[in-house]
Amino acid sequence: MSVPNDTDAKLAQYAHPQRLVTTDWLAAHLGDPGLVVVESDEDVLLYDSGHVPGAVKVDWHTDLNDPLTRDYVDGARFAEVMGARGVTRESTVVIYGDKSNWWAAYALWVFTLFGHEDVRLLDGGRAKWVAEGREITREAPSPTTVDYPVVERDDSSIRAFKDDVLAHIGQPMVDVRSPGEFSGELLHMPDYPQEGAMRGGHVPGARSVPWARAAAEDATFKSRDDLAAIYQDEKGLRPDDEVIAYCRIGERSSHTWFVLTHLLGFANVRNYDGSWTEWGNAVRTPIATGPDT
Amino acid sequence: MSGDAGAEGAVHDLPPGMAELVEDFAAVSTADRLQLLLELSDDLPALPERYAGHLVGMEQVHECQSPLFLAVEVQDDVVRVFFDAPLESPTTRGFAGILHAGLDGLSTADVLAVPDDAPYRFGLAEAVSPLRLRGMLSMLSRIKRQVRERS
Repeated sequence: MSVPNDTDAKLAQYAHPQRLVTTDWLAAHLGDPGLVVVESDEDVLLYDSGHVPGAVKVDWHTDLNDPLTRDYVDGARFAEVMGARGVTRESTVVIYGDKSNWWAAYALWVFTLFGHEDVRLLDGGRAKWVAEGREITREAPSPTTVDYPVVERDDSSIRAFKDDVLAHIGQPMVDVRSPGEFSGELLHMPDYPQEGAMRGGHVPGARSVPWARAAAEDATFKSRDDLAAIYQDEKGLRPDDEVIAYCRIGERSSHTWFVLTHLLGFANVRNYDGSWTEWGNAVRTPIATGPDT
Repeated sequence: MSGDAGAEGAVHDLPPGMAELVEDFAAVSTADRLQLLLELSDDLPALPERYAGHLVGMEQVHECQSPLFLAVEVQDDVVRVFFDAPLESPTTRGFAGILHAGLDGLSTADVLAVPDDAPYRFGLAEAVSPLRLRGMLSMLSRIKRQVRERS
């Protein structure tokens, strides 16, 4: 069963418009067979406080992270999480969340590691849906458990590990954290002091583009021209560059990975999910300090 | 149930209101603990007029992943606690709700006697992740510090 793409004019400007839907589209397609709506937030209770009717919850921490190894869940567990939420391998999954889709983009990136083909973001996320006064409910859906195949993650094409980053020094890298974290002045993200590192700074050669520069005031993505002005004109990245993006644990950089890959059409972008909590703490990894030049 | 101080579910060294909450949380499944936390978030009292709208005199808890402000008042040795957190941050509001239900109206000595690890007693680490729980630890330590300064 195929769910149509959103043909909205704003989305048409992006490299892969099929990766986004608008709130209008979602409102019109809620309940379509083959469509599963997923909410993924920083706040683990936000979904429970009211969500898009019929949407299911996927929590980055309790559903997508392995509890013992610092890694994502394996294929068997992912299949379990999907199946319990009524997601089949053929489902169209639309993900939305808080904080300009920061965590939703992270979930989408993890879905992509497992090769789930049709996964899209709701442009503007939860904030836009709520701001438009659209329906929110606390009624928990009870999806029928379905079979999702056990597919092993492919970590080779969109995920970077520490050694990959070491080997990549000198090539394009985007640090998407705040300017204070980039310069080394802050050992943690503003207001998140518990997720710090031994040393502050950035991977040598990385350029600073705080992730939220890609988001407009209403939490939607900025226009393609505005995005190109930032990443291509200002920072000099080219669509055929091999780029690694990182942040603190890989969630904010998933948002940037989405922007570069699906909105600007870069073909080789990897997200380094170990990010600063690994790099800033690892023995004998080189760092640089000071602002972007 | 283990009687070790600090163990999940331990209540013997907690004030009665907080002990009762720990027992409520212990009695239900992990999924229902989230629902309980949501109820506490819903029931978090609004700020009194002297704080509402301007937050003057309130302390920000930076360790929370969303803006949380708290105020502590002590009068005739009775501690009052007030919290402000946005509706979009129900987890943080729920943590504040636990501390409000557990601490508001106690004597200064009773607040200071609450063990620093009390936030671990509610069985929430599995439901919300240990990382997220640290916000509640920071709220409690800041409340105790303010009470210490005023008593």
